[in-house]
Amino acid sequence: MSQQTAAAAGSRRTRHFLLVFLGAALLIAGVVSFYASSHPDGLEFVAESTGFLDTAQDSPAAGGPLADYGVAGVQNARLSGGLAGIIGVLVTLLLAGGLAWALRRRTGTNTEA
Amino acid sequence: MLGSEIPGGKWGDTMHVPDGFLDVPTSLATGVIAAVGVGLALRGARNELNERTAPLAGVVAAFVFATQMINFPVGAGTSGHLLGGALAAALVGPWTGVLVITVVLFVQALLFADGGLTALGTNITLMGLVGVGVAWLVIVAVRRLLPKRLSSVPIAAASGALVSVPAAATAFTVLFAVGGVADIPVQTVFAAMVGWHSLIGIGEAIITGLVVSAVVATRPDLVFAARPILEATELEIRQSGVAA
Repeated sequence: MSQQTAAAAGSRRTRHFLLVFLGAALLIAGVVSFYASSHPDGLEFVAESTGFLDTAQDSPAAGGPLADYGVAGVQNARLSGGLAGIIGVLVTLLLAGGLAWALRRRTGTNTEA
Repeated sequence: MLGSEIPGGKWGDTMHVPDGFLDVPTSLATGVIAAVGVGLALRGARNELNERTAPLAGVVAAFVFATQMINFPVGAGTSGHLLGGALAAALVGPWTGVLVITVVLFVQALLFADGGLTALGTNITLMGLVGVGVAWLVIVAVRRLLPKRLSSVPIAAASGALVSVPAAATAFTVLFAVGGVADIPVQTVFAAMVGWHSLIGIGEAIITGLVVSAVVATRPDLVFAARPILEATELEIRQSGVAA
């Protein structure tokens, strides 16, 4: 196998791996998230039990169409939360992936070295 | 553990530091700390990222976003969710890890109203800088103590996760002592924060260990924390013509 085809096979394998990893994220955010514990998380629980939860203010973003992990206008809770999760995963992927891609060290044609 | 209380799902309960917990000067200060930290990370990440690992950074961020939607019960009506600092640091490196967590927090604050806007610097400081930084220091220390084998990497990552969560909780308490709006004894907040977040740290360690071992098992060459181990192995068996 020439070096070039070895490199191509390597990048195909990497792409496959990344797609499986991303698929897991989509499944978790889109489906599994519905079954998450509804108890307050550590910070919220501590804030409530020690008495400073009432100092929390609504975020200016609280009126947004995806606020609190739901899509405004979608009545079905499972669908609304799942869709919000999938949108969040994809937006995060694009922003973080784009940033990382812009910062990557360019190694010219020698990428698999 | 999952059944009874879920009609309608729960997404609203995931909470980072909201606006209002800390006063304006403290929020401004953490904003500056976060900006400096992220600025350093933008420089440092250049040495960690290449054409193969940059897409992984995007996927890891997406995965951290997804897992933060999953609150797991830790008892007495409390839940916890992954912070992801140790996971990101182990897979893509500490500087890139800071950027990954920062992007997740930006998306959560701006699109999902999860975590305040004036509190964004606080959340980046706690979960990005402290969470990732402490996790990475522990990962490096534990990796040094363990045998130079790939199987040591998930253990190091889990150890980093275990320590990073109470460390972030401690850092929150420090900020609360400096600029908390409510008049509550700091010791009370400290005991409750660190107590609960030590439990959450166990969950963080289990999830981080499982995910890192799955990635190490399939693609060890993509795992940042495994690089020194792979390089050492390659030196020992150089004649086998190791693929990159």
